[in-house]
Amino acid sequence: MNAEQPSRMDRRTAIKWMLTAAASAALADEQLFGAAADTPAGRAVGYGTDPDLIKTYKPGDLWSLTFTDDQRRTAVALCDTILPDDGKSPAASAVGVPEFIDEWISAPYPGHDRDRGLILEGLAWIEEESQRRFGNDFSSLILRQKNILCEDISHVATAAPDKKKAAQFFKRYRDLTAGGYYTTPEGMKDIGYVGNVPLASFDGPPPEVLRKLGLA
Amino acid sequence: MPFILPTQVQSEYDVIIVGSGAGGGQSAYTLTMAGAKVLMLESGRNYDPVKETPMFQIDANAPLRAANTPDKPMGFYDATVDGGWAVPGEPYTNASEDPDRRFTWWRARMLGGRTNHWGRISLRLGPYDFKPHQRDGLGFDWPIAYEDLAPYYDKVEMLVGVFGSNEGLENAPDSSPGVLLPPPKARAAELLAQQRAKKLGLPVVPIHRAVLSVRQDAERLPTLLHPGNPKAQRILADAMRSRAACFWATSCGRGCAIKANYQSPTVHLPPALATGNLDIVTGAMVREVAVNDEGKATGVIFIDKATGLEHRAKGRAVVLAASSCDTVRILLNSKSAQFPSGLANSSGLVGKYIMDTVGTDLAGQIPLLESLPLHNEDGAGGSHVYVPWWLYREQLAGKLGFARGYHIEFHPGRQMPGLGITANLDDLTGGSFGRKLKEDARRYYGSFVNFGSRGEMIPNEDSFCELDPVVKDKWGVPVLRFHWKWSDHELRQVTHAQQTFAQLIEAMGGKVRRPPAENPLKAIRPGGNVKHEVGGARMGDSPKTSVTNRWGQTWDVKNLFLGDAAPFCSNADKNPTLTIMALAWRMSEHLLDELQRGNLT
Repeated sequence: MNAEQPSRMDRRTAIKWMLTAAASAALADEQLFGAAADTPAGRAVGYGTDPDLIKTYKPGDLWSLTFTDDQRRTAVALCDTILPDDGKSPAASAVGVPEFIDEWISAPYPGHDRDRGLILEGLAWIEEESQRRFGNDFSSLILRQKNILCEDISHVATAAPDKKKAAQFFKRYRDLTAGGYYTTPEGMKDIGYVGNVPLASFDGPPPEVLRKLGLA
Repeated sequence: MPFILPTQVQSEYDVIIVGSGAGGGQSAYTLTMAGAKVLMLESGRNYDPVKETPMFQIDANAPLRAANTPDKPMGFYDATVDGGWAVPGEPYTNASEDPDRRFTWWRARMLGGRTNHWGRISLRLGPYDFKPHQRDGLGFDWPIAYEDLAPYYDKVEMLVGVFGSNEGLENAPDSSPGVLLPPPKARAAELLAQQRAKKLGLPVVPIHRAVLSVRQDAERLPTLLHPGNPKAQRILADAMRSRAACFWATSCGRGCAIKANYQSPTVHLPPALATGNLDIVTGAMVREVAVNDEGKATGVIFIDKATGLEHRAKGRAVVLAASSCDTVRILLNSKSAQFPSGLANSSGLVGKYIMDTVGTDLAGQIPLLESLPLHNEDGAGGSHVYVPWWLYREQLAGKLGFARGYHIEFHPGRQMPGLGITANLDDLTGGSFGRKLKEDARRYYGSFVNFGSRGEMIPNEDSFCELDPVVKDKWGVPVLRFHWKWSDHELRQVTHAQQTFAQLIEAMGGKVRRPPAENPLKAIRPGGNVKHEVGGARMGDSPKTSVTNRWGQTWDVKNLFLGDAAPFCSNADKNPTLTIMALAWRMSEHLLDELQRGNLT
């Protein structure tokens, strides 16, 4: 990510974001010498404005997690339906994606509350639907059944009216699953990212890339 | 002399510098290399990029996959610490509730300030940029011309290390021979854009960035930069030898542990400290400039953030380089019977005519870039090429409907995958999941290109800052209140940029990810959002119409100098950092000259 290009936020989101930030500053202003009380009592706090950037963090290190055992079981099964082991790369649950989603919905930052509601309700919907159609827990379904269930909610634009909300959940869940997956070493390798290694020189695209682009 | 505590500040210095970023860093470098005794006050904490930069860390090592949060608004691994759009305990306000008229202010409370995370884009202002009013009757001319600053651009580029090429393009000046480092090769999407942009008449050329594409010449450059000063030459040669060339990994926005790019704490401050002439106090929030009965600055009053106690530091001259708006704030808060409307403000212009860069973005998906053979295109941690503004003639002839131009920056998609890597692709994938999603992810990765414009804003009467009559920071110091308004020039420029991006994306055989914005107010980055705020204390030829003279020396207080972007008279599309440094070097030489002549006492 380039410093000049901080995010793909649209303008409204950016403004909302900054208004929230400004409000928290105004709140903090009433406290003398940063008595860190700009968070309501009992709420988890974030990692602050000066976290250690070198250390490796794991979900649960900074704030407590949310999933119950049942929710986790559904979350794992859904992650692996979205990104299964396909022989080329591992399933999402093998690289810590459900734990990342739990960390995400448990985070004490604006917007995460909304995802928490959306995802916990969505996981509950998945279980109800699974019972209704197949009389079994989602995690116990065979792959074909899982796929049938997800097929109905995989595309917001084409989902049936009574499944729109579930489709919105699925879209968000898929984005988080894929984001969580492709940011791991296994995911990066699978998607074709081969950088993040020191090079003695930068030689530009190899000849086969130039040929493919008609630039050779 | 090194990092000291507020209680260890010496009884008097030649110069006190407020701020340690591009302006403060360059001023400290130039002054201490020439032998002046300098105290630098930085409001943030000490920061060591060599030890603290997350080189090679991947997003999976970070909380929330390194997503933006209010604590780290540009992502977990952005170099900024203790900063962002909101700094706890240090609010600012807006006069208007209208979202289109709000200004947002990025601050970084850390040694080196925003030089730690900036994009390293280092473009010179050209001859037109110093005389915009002469050219089209709008805005203000600078009291200096390109020729006045050109030698300092050369010097800064040699000192910090800038890659790029001399293309001989209109109003995009060449550097002197032997100054620039070689530009890195362009990447796949950049090359494709270059080929396809030709038919649109857009030049795609190497960008200039403050990144060492090769190591600096530690034999040749110190002699050129410090003729007749063997001590400075030796110190600089050592400093240059301590910097490695870019190893083509890790985004520059994280900072650089091997010192391959410019940031003040790795490039300006180490040699300045090595002279033995520099003391630095961190956590020192300057409240005001102290003045004596004769109206001369005697130093500054600052708050030690660790204790809340107030301290004074004395200097024969004071340089404010706190970043343009913080410099304005210090001036306005330096009120006395002699200076009832704030220091150096007899013109009433302090805080007036603040400008940001005009920015807008559009992404495209390019089928030709799908499923490319694997290759590493991390490159120099940022853009390799750009499109300099190309329509000067049409614009001058009044054919465009807006008076000032923009350049185009490229962000190809084959970078380290982040959290949003496959978000919002339903239109392409049909909402795929399972094995199909994995195939889609492999196919589409790297096929997106984001284009961003960086354009000139013309200063206007409605964009300014002043002290808020009520709100104070946690130390009881009045804060800034902002007023903001875009003019039609900026809005039409954004519309033009959106249309150009769409043409470029189509010329590359691609499709825009969303239609180019019809309402530019929805597409323009909000005021302050590009973080190029400049102006607020413009330089000029007369004390009636400007705050400083052509050297950045305030008219009202001869030993008070402004060393950041506050004296900018215009804000060309060229990113301001390089110009801040060139102006600071020039200002510092003048300051030394004035000190020597005894003109400051």
